[in-house]
Amino acid sequence: MRLLDDEKAMLAGDQGPAVQKAMDLLVRYGEALGARYLVNTRNVAGTIGATTPFLRHYAEREGGMDAVFSEFNLDSAEVVKIPRVKVPSSHLQQGIDPHHAERQGVSEDVVRIYETGQAYSSSLGVQPLNTCTPYQVGNVPVKGEHCAWMESSAVIYINSVLGARTNAEGRESTGAAMLTGKIPHWGLHLDENRRGSHLIHLQTDVTTTADWGLLGYWVGEQVQDRIPVIEGVTHQPNLARLKHFGAAAASSGGVEMYHLVGVTPEARTREQAFGGSRPSTILSFGEAERRWAYEQVNVTARDAQVDFVMLGCPHYSLEQIWEVCQLLEGQRLSPNTELWLFTAASIKHLADVAGYTRIIEQAGGHVMTDTCSAIGRVIPKGTRVAAVDSAKQAHYLPAIMGIQAWFGTTADCVEAAIEGRWQGGLQ
Amino acid sequence: MSTPFTIKGRKVVGGCFEGEALVTHERISGWGGIDPRSGTVIETRHELKGISFAGKVLVFPGAKGSSGWSSQFHIARLAGVAPGAMLFNEMTAKIGLGVVVVHAPAMTDFTEDPLGRIRTGDWVRVDADAGIVEVTPQQPRPAQPIEQPLDRTTRPPDPS
Repeated sequence: MRLLDDEKAMLAGDQGPAVQKAMDLLVRYGEALGARYLVNTRNVAGTIGATTPFLRHYAEREGGMDAVFSEFNLDSAEVVKIPRVKVPSSHLQQGIDPHHAERQGVSEDVVRIYETGQAYSSSLGVQPLNTCTPYQVGNVPVKGEHCAWMESSAVIYINSVLGARTNAEGRESTGAAMLTGKIPHWGLHLDENRRGSHLIHLQTDVTTTADWGLLGYWVGEQVQDRIPVIEGVTHQPNLARLKHFGAAAASSGGVEMYHLVGVTPEARTREQAFGGSRPSTILSFGEAERRWAYEQVNVTARDAQVDFVMLGCPHYSLEQIWEVCQLLEGQRLSPNTELWLFTAASIKHLADVAGYTRIIEQAGGHVMTDTCSAIGRVIPKGTRVAAVDSAKQAHYLPAIMGIQAWFGTTADCVEAAIEGRWQGGLQ
Repeated sequence: MSTPFTIKGRKVVGGCFEGEALVTHERISGWGGIDPRSGTVIETRHELKGISFAGKVLVFPGAKGSSGWSSQFHIARLAGVAPGAMLFNEMTAKIGLGVVVVHAPAMTDFTEDPLGRIRTGDWVRVDADAGIVEVTPQQPRPAQPIEQPLDRTTRPPDPS
């Protein structure tokens, strides 16, 4: 890989051992990819907390947060002192919600580790957005902006909907990017790798958020890590729908970018989306495909009695919290069922101000921040059966927590929380 | 034993390793797809669900799913249950970073598809620096490769 003078200087240690380790990792990583050089970035989204059990024990054993950053963000067994980040950096979701620790079954020790990590992260200059959706709370990259983001649902959103440029980075590469402002110039940073591979015709109306989730789940399974171009969108999607679509496609496959003809910025036309080439594969999404996706995301669900309704994967927008309020208002949850909504802390603040949090709490539910059930492994004690409106969460939660999960619309989920039973079905 | 053969490819991470092959035709998720403390695949519908890759030569198409891929395999390395080598076809940022932080020999860009030639249980010697994979098949090969389902009953879920 060709390095510029400033990069060579970093690799030589001119800016200290942490920056040297960061550049060493970027060179090893770039060469593994087959990248020719690095690109400058001023927008990094990663994670440096240590609230998961393995990292907690590592921090205790190896001497604190610098040891965690060295190993897990720089791939360095040698503990180096970590300086302030060089470029604007956002923290993604965390492992717990410190304000709902007891309800999440999280001990005071873990809350202390969270707080230590938060203080550490802030001292490095990392913005405490603490969400899987930085684009909902102020970090909105512009078209063409080179970014270094992890979190697959955010990566696919900023590439596809915003036209920003990032690969699905990881904890180590974003750590190195924070300290250097560099990332390998490879993959989706290059024009020729952003063009469509598969053409998908919609032959059924895709309207609700759940519909978009099912479409995403099917698309991911079909195209894996390629770039689908979807044609025939009859109902203009909004942020929530594309957020769920992308999260699902990134879970069942490895989709990091898609085009919706006439909707997303690099697909004014089908020709533009394919960059003048022809699609390698042409597929149709109709009722049979929709039903297949529904059955797959419900593959673990058997028992109708629902113990836990989990909403907010990816983190809910204010609009989605309000939708739940309207479905819940004036009713009480089943005494056997818990309802947890997950969002970013800054959105929760607005929900508090707007009175939405109170409506949900009066019904018996809770609005939580910073984490989610799958990332934090936090579910109500004794949960056997969950209900979710996210195909991504339906994909991961049963595997991670060993429980059943129903997938349906937000309304199906709220109804399950009120009745204590799953009554949803494919509409 | 049938005749050993060689496949050539590109070094992703240098080094040598030899061991038993674990082959899957399905992409692997890191976060939510493996248990990094036991080195076992946990994804609900995965053909390797319940099977450990610890110390194996993992032969697979590539990575999928969450960008926690690298950190999960990173944890598996620190827990002593990472694969001994990784051979894969599809380079992505996720897997590129993942194999770098596992520190085990890794290769891609093969002259022929390792998924079509290597079977679970074959003895495989990986010399990533030289770009060579030597395979000693455990079973005689039929003239045409045939798909064989994995036998889960003979494989313990976790050898650690």
